[in-house]
Amino acid sequence: MVWIDTIVQGILLGGLYALFATGLSLIFGVMRLVNLAHGDFSILAAFIAVFAVQSLGLNPLVALLLVAPVMATVGYGLQRLVLNRLLGRGILPAVLVTFGLSIVIQNGLLETFSADSRRLNPGGIETASVSLGGGLAVGAFPLLTFAVAVLLLVGLQILIGRSAIGRAFRAASDDGATAALMGIDNGRLYGLAMALSLAIVAVAGIFLGIRTTFTFSSGPDRLLFAFEAVIIGGLGSLWGTLAGGVILGVAQTIGARLSPGWGVLTGHLVFLAVLLLRPSGLFAKSRRVD
Amino acid sequence: MTLLTVRGLSAFYGDFQALFDISLDVTEGETVAVIGANGAGKTTFLRALAGALPVPRGAVQFAGRQVGGRPAHALVDLGIVLVPEGRKIFPSLSVRENLQIGAYRRRAGPWTLDRVYRTFPVLGERREQPGTNLSGGEQQMLAIGRGLMANPRLLLMDEISLGLAPVVVQHLYEVLGTVNTEGTTLLVVEQDVSQVLAVAHRVYCFRKGTVALEGVAGHLTREQIFAAYFGA
Repeated sequence: MVWIDTIVQGILLGGLYALFATGLSLIFGVMRLVNLAHGDFSILAAFIAVFAVQSLGLNPLVALLLVAPVMATVGYGLQRLVLNRLLGRGILPAVLVTFGLSIVIQNGLLETFSADSRRLNPGGIETASVSLGGGLAVGAFPLLTFAVAVLLLVGLQILIGRSAIGRAFRAASDDGATAALMGIDNGRLYGLAMALSLAIVAVAGIFLGIRTTFTFSSGPDRLLFAFEAVIIGGLGSLWGTLAGGVILGVAQTIGARLSPGWGVLTGHLVFLAVLLLRPSGLFAKSRRVD
Repeated sequence: MTLLTVRGLSAFYGDFQALFDISLDVTEGETVAVIGANGAGKTTFLRALAGALPVPRGAVQFAGRQVGGRPAHALVDLGIVLVPEGRKIFPSLSVRENLQIGAYRRRAGPWTLDRVYRTFPVLGERREQPGTNLSGGEQQMLAIGRGLMANPRLLLMDEISLGLAPVVVQHLYEVLGTVNTEGTTLLVVEQDVSQVLAVAHRVYCFRKGTVALEGVAGHLTREQIFAAYFGA
C-alpha cells in the first residue's frame, strides 16, 4: 500500500513537471530556441502572484487568471524585441542571452522581494485530501495540479493539431524559411509561441508556489526538471512530455521513499539511464530528433 | 497593364553578388519564363522578388507600388507567391494541411481546397496523408496547389520540372496553362527550355546574373537562345 501511494504521489507530481516542461518543449520545437530562463520565468510568475495576493487580496488560483496574461505579454514582448534577433545564428546566442536573463530575473527578484522564502496560500485546498478507497488518499491539490496539466496538454494538442495557428507552428518548426514564403510572419508567430510558453509556465509557477516554498533562486532547479522531463519523453511529443514528467515524478518519490535524501538523485539517475539507452527519448517522433 | 516592373535589381549573398542590374517587366495575364544555366541567378531572382532576400526598395514595383525589401508575408498579402525550388513540402503536415498553410493570409480569390482537389484529384484522394508521402510529381502538384491557395496575382515558380518524368511535367504545364488563362500571371524559372517555350509568352535568358536575352517566345531562334544560354 505504501508503494501504491508512493507511485500515485509520483504520478501527480509528474503533472506539475509536465507543466514546466511543456513550454520549454514548445519553444524548442517551434524555433529551436533553448530558453535557460524558463524556470526563472515560472518563479517570476509566482512572485507576481505573491504581489497580486498581497495587494489585491486575491486567492492565488484566481490571481492565476491575471498572472498568465501578464506573463504571456512579457513573453511576446521579449520574443519580438530581443530573442527574434538571435534566431538563425545557431543555438549559442540564444543560450547565452537567456542565461543572462536568468541572472537578471533572479537578481531582480532578490532586490524586489528579498531572499525570504515564500509560499502561496490558496485557503485550505492545499491540505485537503480525496479518498480513493482501500485506505488510499491523495491530496486534493496534487490531483488538481495533475488535472490542470492534462487539460492544458489536451488543449495545446488540439490547438497545435487542428487550428490554423497550430499548423503554422508545425510548418515553422519544419522549415521556417519556407513558412515565411507561405505568408507566415515568423517574428509574430514566434512571439505568440513564447507568449503561450510563458502563460503555461506561469500556471506551473503558481502551482509550484502553492505546493511548496520558493525563493528568488528556485528557477534553475525547475529548469533542470523540465529539461529532464522533455528528454525522457522525447522532443516533439506533448504526450511524451507528460509521460516524461510522470516518470521523473515517480522516480523522485520512489527514491525519497527509500531514503529522504535520494529523491532528486533517483530522478537524475533515471534521466541519465534514458539518455544512455534511448537518447531520443521514449516517445520521440523519430523524424524530429534533430 | 504592367503588373511587375524590375529596374536595376542587384542582389547579394554576403559578399557574393548574384544579380547585376536586372530589369524585367511582366504584364498582367502573361506567362513569362526566365531560363538560363545553373548559377545564372534565376533562383536568386525569384527569391528576391518573393522577399526572401534583401533588395532596394525602388528596384521592384508591383501593381504600381514600390515593394522591394518588404518581408515575404507582406508580399503574399499583395499577391506575390513563390512555389520554391525543391517543392519544400512540410513533412509534419498532411496534404490538406499543406494546402491550408498556403491560405494562411486568407487572401480573397477563387482558389479553395475543393478547387485544388478538382484540379489535382490525386491530392484529394490522399488528403489526410503526410505531404511528403506523395511521389515527386504529386508533391510538385501539392506545392503548386499550396501556392494557388494563396490566390496569387503573380505566381512565381522555380524549376517545377526538376527531376520529374516528361509526362508529369506536361500535365503540370497543362494545368498552369489553365491557371494562366483564368487570370493568374505566371513567372516561371526553368532549365527545360523546350517545355517552357511552349507555354511562355515572353522569355528572359539569364547568364551570370545579368539578362543576356529577352524576347517574345515565338520569335526567338534556337541559335539566339543557345548563344544567350552559353555565351557565344
